[in-house]
Amino acid sequence: MIEIQNVRKSFGALEVLKGIDLTVHNGEVLTIIGGSGSGKSTLLTCINGLEPIDSGRILVDGTEVHARSTDLNKLRQKIGIVFQQWNAFPHLTVLENVMLAPRKVKGMSKPDAEAMAVKQLEHVGLGDKLSVYPSRLSGGQQQRMAIARALAMSPKYMLFDEVTSALDPMLVGEVLDTLRLLASDGMTMICVTHEMKFAREVSDRVAFFHQGVMAEIAPPAELFGAPKSPDLQKFLAATA
Amino acid sequence: MFNYTFQWKQALARLPQMLDGAVVTMQVALLSMAIGIALAVVLTLFRLSRSRILSGIATSWVEIARNTPALFQIYMAHFGVASFGIHFSPWTSLLLGITFNNAGYLAENFRGALKAIPDTQARAGRSLGLSELQAFRFIVMPQMLRISFLPMTNQMVWAILMTSLGVTVGMNTDLYGVTQDLNALTFRTFELFAVAAVIFYLITKIIQLGARLLARRMFRY
Repeated sequence: MIEIQNVRKSFGALEVLKGIDLTVHNGEVLTIIGGSGSGKSTLLTCINGLEPIDSGRILVDGTEVHARSTDLNKLRQKIGIVFQQWNAFPHLTVLENVMLAPRKVKGMSKPDAEAMAVKQLEHVGLGDKLSVYPSRLSGGQQQRMAIARALAMSPKYMLFDEVTSALDPMLVGEVLDTLRLLASDGMTMICVTHEMKFAREVSDRVAFFHQGVMAEIAPPAELFGAPKSPDLQKFLAATA
Repeated sequence: MFNYTFQWKQALARLPQMLDGAVVTMQVALLSMAIGIALAVVLTLFRLSRSRILSGIATSWVEIARNTPALFQIYMAHFGVASFGIHFSPWTSLLLGITFNNAGYLAENFRGALKAIPDTQARAGRSLGLSELQAFRFIVMPQMLRISFLPMTNQMVWAILMTSLGVTVGMNTDLYGVTQDLNALTFRTFELFAVAAVIFYLITKIIQLGARLLARRMFRY
């Protein structure tokens, strides 16, 4: 369970998160929608401790992420994150990209890590690209590799930060299919996305962020069907 | 016109001794590069660290190495430290001086290379659970070394040429030192140093060629 309690965060004078309260239950798929600058991506990087917060608490399975005593490297093994820019490691092959963290963080043996990496890469449809360098892959393939890389750590939670935003429209579908597959496997996921159709289809709940505030949260049918706030109505009208 | 008769035979007769000297030159240069690269990585980590003392040490090192004559650096490594009762052999002093210089220049090259690597690379590593040091070691450093490969080759050539400064601290077993001694013996100045220059040239060319071949094997991505 991920519990976010009254989290505030500013970059300089700009307050990007203005007291967010949100609980994500195990097995739940939550998508976060909202305009750019609404704080949704920042929230994700706060959940795995890549960004510090100014006040409030974030608890992952009861462990406070930003507590001094928390071993973030250990906690991050539970929380996979995939970014808009996939950040493939260019000097490693696809297989090595995926094997790196299981080997170095979990101390897995080479054959075990390799078996795990192959399994995850096959899962995302890259079983035939193992010994290729990322520069030879399309954006969509690199993004799927990044997903496999995160999954190879067997995380309990997956965070997706606008993973299709930097992709050619032709390649969006293959990445969304991978996310659907994960959702149907029962993975607990938080997806920040601009893909409304996707949000409507896979989410258990959808949250709408507006100017650092979580303005609405509801199951997709309700949120998309009967938006309450004028801001959400405007947003949906603009993205429809 | 010139009142000088070339006597190449005398110089060429000394070729085996000079080639022995060339081997010493290469040993010193290679060793100074190997240690220099390792030190430059450490200096880079110092500069990345949040400690003011460590980054201060690294910055001073780089500033002195790059902004004072290499001759001064080698001189200090011999006669300078001797003032404090530390006595190194000419060979050791030369190695220390060149290594100091290499580390300073390479650390600066590494800094430039780091700028070409997006922060998101280390961030992606951290998000997978890698520690800061692991992210540097396995993700950032290999890319940094690749980007710096060409400047490293230049520094290697420079290290070979810097060995000639060893004569100032009494080094007489390297290529330049041997040539200098032979000159004192035979006075065939032009011929001997011309042969030495050709050897220097060939060594540096071989290094550049070797580096290119190595790069082709190492960097397949």
